[in-house]
Amino acid sequence: MLIIKDLSVRYRTDLGMVNGLKGLSLTCGREKLGVVGVSGSGKSSLGRAIMRLLPDTAAITAKEMSFGGRDLLKCDQKSAASWRGREVAMIFQDPHLALNPIMKIGSQITETYKRHIGHETLAARRYGLKLLEAVHITDPSLMWNSYPRELSGGMAQRAMIALMLACNPQFLIADEPTSALDVLARQAVLEILDELVESRGMGLLLISHDLGVVKNFCDRVVVIKDGKDIETLPASKLDDSLCPYTRSLLAAQPRLLNRVDGAV
Amino acid sequence: MIVVENLSVGYGRRRYHKAVVQEVSFRIGSGMSLGLVGQSGSGKTSILHAIAGLNQNWTGTIKVDGETPNKNSNKIFRRKVQLMFQDSSASLHPKHLINTILEEPLKINRIPEVSTRIMHVLNQVGLDSWVLSRYPHQLSGGQRQRVALARALVVKPTTLLLDEPTSGLDMLAQKEVIGLLNKLRETEQLTFLVVSHDIAVINELCEWCVVVQEGQLVDMQRTVNFVMEGPTLSPYTRRLLDASTNYFKKEKCS
Repeated sequence: MLIIKDLSVRYRTDLGMVNGLKGLSLTCGREKLGVVGVSGSGKSSLGRAIMRLLPDTAAITAKEMSFGGRDLLKCDQKSAASWRGREVAMIFQDPHLALNPIMKIGSQITETYKRHIGHETLAARRYGLKLLEAVHITDPSLMWNSYPRELSGGMAQRAMIALMLACNPQFLIADEPTSALDVLARQAVLEILDELVESRGMGLLLISHDLGVVKNFCDRVVVIKDGKDIETLPASKLDDSLCPYTRSLLAAQPRLLNRVDGAV
Repeated sequence: MIVVENLSVGYGRRRYHKAVVQEVSFRIGSGMSLGLVGQSGSGKTSILHAIAGLNQNWTGTIKVDGETPNKNSNKIFRRKVQLMFQDSSASLHPKHLINTILEEPLKINRIPEVSTRIMHVLNQVGLDSWVLSRYPHQLSGGQRQRVALARALVVKPTTLLLDEPTSGLDMLAQKEVIGLLNKLRETEQLTFLVVSHDIAVINELCEWCVVVQEGQLVDMQRTVNFVMEGPTLSPYTRRLLDASTNYFKKEKCS
């Protein structure tokens, strides 16, 4: 579905051009693709370039960048608004920063519903409550009337996932969806994402710096370094990678884990 | 040496009082390192702030090297016990140069030879002197974390309270910071109290670990037991361990 060839993103700054991405290529179908790299490697630039959410100071060039046959490079902001959210949706790292702080969760879902689907407020509410149920919120109507600041990180992240699913997108980009969460909340959010991807047959691009998450969750992994993809491999083969950079990332994981494979 | 007995911490007064930590007890010997693990909202940071003397709303006993932190704690106490805050981008003054940030505690404590002392700590945390003329937002997350650590170390504390020292860092930066902390603990003979939600990080930094759930102490273990998975682990500890090693469970082949 998603095809990217030789994508470069450069930012104009006071100090001249700064490279975000330098010739990155990847493809992603109806699968869970993980993108791993350290901070500053261009992971988030990638997600935002696909969504056309980069600021005006960014120059995007690519041999090809298309989603489901549509050329994403040629989209202007106006036409991007028509498919953004409806076909491709994005989950951001920190839900408290990404959600509108002065709108109730319910109003935010209603807004998206009215923008893309229909006009009836009551139908939007019925639809939204079902979405919140789908992301395992125990009391959807309570959350419907809550502000983001009243929710814990895990709850807010689930609310954002529900919001992003409102238009039933075919493809989801998740930019570090779990790095602001504690370990138990992380497990819960990943389980929800997996369930949704399986049941709706979506594609998922999971951007993360956490090799453990990617290794256990995704089907394939792309390792990027300084804005270039340096290795693509099935997630199950990640431990056997021969690429020295991937090995150094693997070695940097905190060790708990003498027991992992043997004992469990 | 930190002794904490029957510590309860709360926020708000009288009718609005909400207890977030209940009857927690532990002790840490000098030069030892203890980890506090729990979910968000379990009261880990509240315990830390009570020990650092930032929150006065607590009951029980806290003794750090025999002294109790309170409003009137003198500078010497505060100098001995330093806190490294959770989010270094939020805790460093955004409009102060790194030099100013590192200078301030020295001036408050009237420590002479400011610049040599600053160069010394920068050296200890592995930063170059060019950072002194930068603002916090001009540094990367890992560098900022080192500055926060340098800020705590500059007054020669005996005890360091670390609040999520590696959250928000990528894996390479995390490994560097963990290595740095372990090295410093040895060379400076510091006592560590580390707060984290990730058992793997605690395992690398600490000998002992306390598990907190909803403000109550549910388990106390040597971190070695996590690896061996001794039979003494409480069910909650097992859940945390599981979430931190397996990340995500999918019923395969079923």
